[in-house]
Amino acid sequence: MHLGLDEPVRECQYNQICTRNSSPMETLSHKKKRTPRRKWQIFPGRNRFYCNGRVMMARQTGVFYLTLVLIMVTSGLFFAFDCPFLASNLTPAIPVIGGVLFLFVLGMLLRASFSDPGVLPRATPDEAADLERQMDAANGSSGPGYRPPPRIREVVINGQTVKLKYCFTCKIFRPPRASHCSLCDNCVERFDHHCPWVGNCVGKRNYRFFYLFILSLSFLTIFIFAFVITHVILRSNRSGFLNALKDSPASVLEVVVCFFSVWSIVGLSGFHTYLISSNQTTNEDIKGSWSTKRAKNNYNPYSYGNVLTNCCAALCGPLHPSLIDRRGFIQPDTPQPLSHSNGSGLYPSTQNHTHMAAATPLLHSDPVMMGRAGPPPSGKTSLGGPCSSLAPSQPSLPSSMPGLGCAGDMLTLRDPDAHCHHHHFVSPEEMPSPLGPSSLVLPFAAHGGHLNPAQLYDPASQDSLHEDSVRGLVKLSSV
Amino acid sequence: MNHSLQDIRQQAAISAKVFIQRDYTNGTVCQFQTKFPSELENRIDKQQFEETVRTLNNLYAEAEKLGGSSYLEGCLACLTAYTIFLCMETHYEKVLKKIAKFIQEQNDKIYAPRGLLLTDPIERGLRVVSFTKTLNSH
Repeated sequence: MHLGLDEPVRECQYNQICTRNSSPMETLSHKKKRTPRRKWQIFPGRNRFYCNGRVMMARQTGVFYLTLVLIMVTSGLFFAFDCPFLASNLTPAIPVIGGVLFLFVLGMLLRASFSDPGVLPRATPDEAADLERQMDAANGSSGPGYRPPPRIREVVINGQTVKLKYCFTCKIFRPPRASHCSLCDNCVERFDHHCPWVGNCVGKRNYRFFYLFILSLSFLTIFIFAFVITHVILRSNRSGFLNALKDSPASVLEVVVCFFSVWSIVGLSGFHTYLISSNQTTNEDIKGSWSTKRAKNNYNPYSYGNVLTNCCAALCGPLHPSLIDRRGFIQPDTPQPLSHSNGSGLYPSTQNHTHMAAATPLLHSDPVMMGRAGPPPSGKTSLGGPCSSLAPSQPSLPSSMPGLGCAGDMLTLRDPDAHCHHHHFVSPEEMPSPLGPSSLVLPFAAHGGHLNPAQLYDPASQDSLHEDSVRGLVKLSSV
Repeated sequence: MNHSLQDIRQQAAISAKVFIQRDYTNGTVCQFQTKFPSELENRIDKQQFEETVRTLNNLYAEAEKLGGSSYLEGCLACLTAYTIFLCMETHYEKVLKKIAKFIQEQNDKIYAPRGLLLTDPIERGLRVVSFTKTLNSH
């Protein structure tokens, strides 16, 4: 799935032609003559986009391919080796039902993986400045370099006091139930958890697909397990157990895969059924936000009171639209959201976000670059049993953790063959302001000041800039 | 060009945008605060402002309403494996179009003559309703 790469290749060629026709208009800015860019190309989070922005996934997708392979191979073996026997000896309804289940499972998996989980777009500079003003007015002024305390707003929902935290990366006060995913570097509404098996976050917009996926997968696994065993038993009745195994060797593999999957998948489905019926997210359940152990009169303010309404609301409620508008064209006059690398969270004041803007080319090139980098080495992906065991790493320090947590992932960005990626760097006009010469930008300072501001806008040196940035951030991870 | 914190704040004040934040007292539904901001005191009257925000809130509540029709839509979509949305748009999207029209109307009739521009919250990720002061009279 590297369809998104066609665009950057075209862009490379287009820019070359453009510079040759020197005319006063065109020398002004390459941006005006470029093909209009879509918003996904400058998306500040760490996501991968395919099919020109239609498909949105997390950065690490290796485990998702494993899920896909496991499901397809097991089902394929079932249809090829067990179904002919079962169809002729029992009923042809078996492969039909199996086929429908399989297609439903695949459909839900792809839907959960490819859709926007409910990402909250980052604040525009005006909004961030307005919020900063309000917060400083409330807290009293603080000098530059002093790190202000975490900002919290309290709101009473249905009689319960809920704390809204300020997200230093996205520059917004997170809505209730929203959380910042450190793996994807986005705030996600009604954040449930980040699922590596699905290759995406599970949030407000794709929770029902995720739930239907694991539910239908449980049925499919049980279905295949039951009928493969039936198949082997029927064959052994005719020709003995060992001969039966010899005649259908694939059955052994299927039984083994299904046996192990059943325990985890069915368990997970049960857990999520409980969560849906009590209208909680995995995040809230793990933290015990609404448990009575915290406080005597603690209750879930979002629950509708009865199980049926909770289930209907989660599964049949309205489908919210995506707030990030991935495929929209970038308008030159509309304010672009603040985007800065994770390491910059240590300097939350607005002054420093401009410096961090220089680090964004590193992240902006992700959507294109990662498409060519291939699946990451297995050591990088956080495997572990079912999704429920992967609690989102809630940054206790709102900003520094994402930086340290993700810097290890930056190693995968070393791709010296990505020649065209510099065209996707934020062009000078899009950056909020040029880098101040005296700024102490942490990532760049880490490798001893290779960079000077003049270099930033020279497309020819973007590759070296990229390498330096990666090195700088890798050093940050060792801090 | 060294941008200090003061410069940025000044710029923000000059472009003069007033942001109406979300109101979460009813949970996660999309509602905006109806508290009248002091920066708009000399541009529009309180009643007008409150009516606009209240109508917006009602429209968003309609979009997110849980009821017979939304359940029906959800079940139908599930049965067709969500392919039905290739040919028809969701109820929420229909209401968003209504909201866009309402905002356009409000701008033309009420806010533009007073030198204000109301932006559709969907363009700001449903975080804020922003009023931009277009006349530089202050």
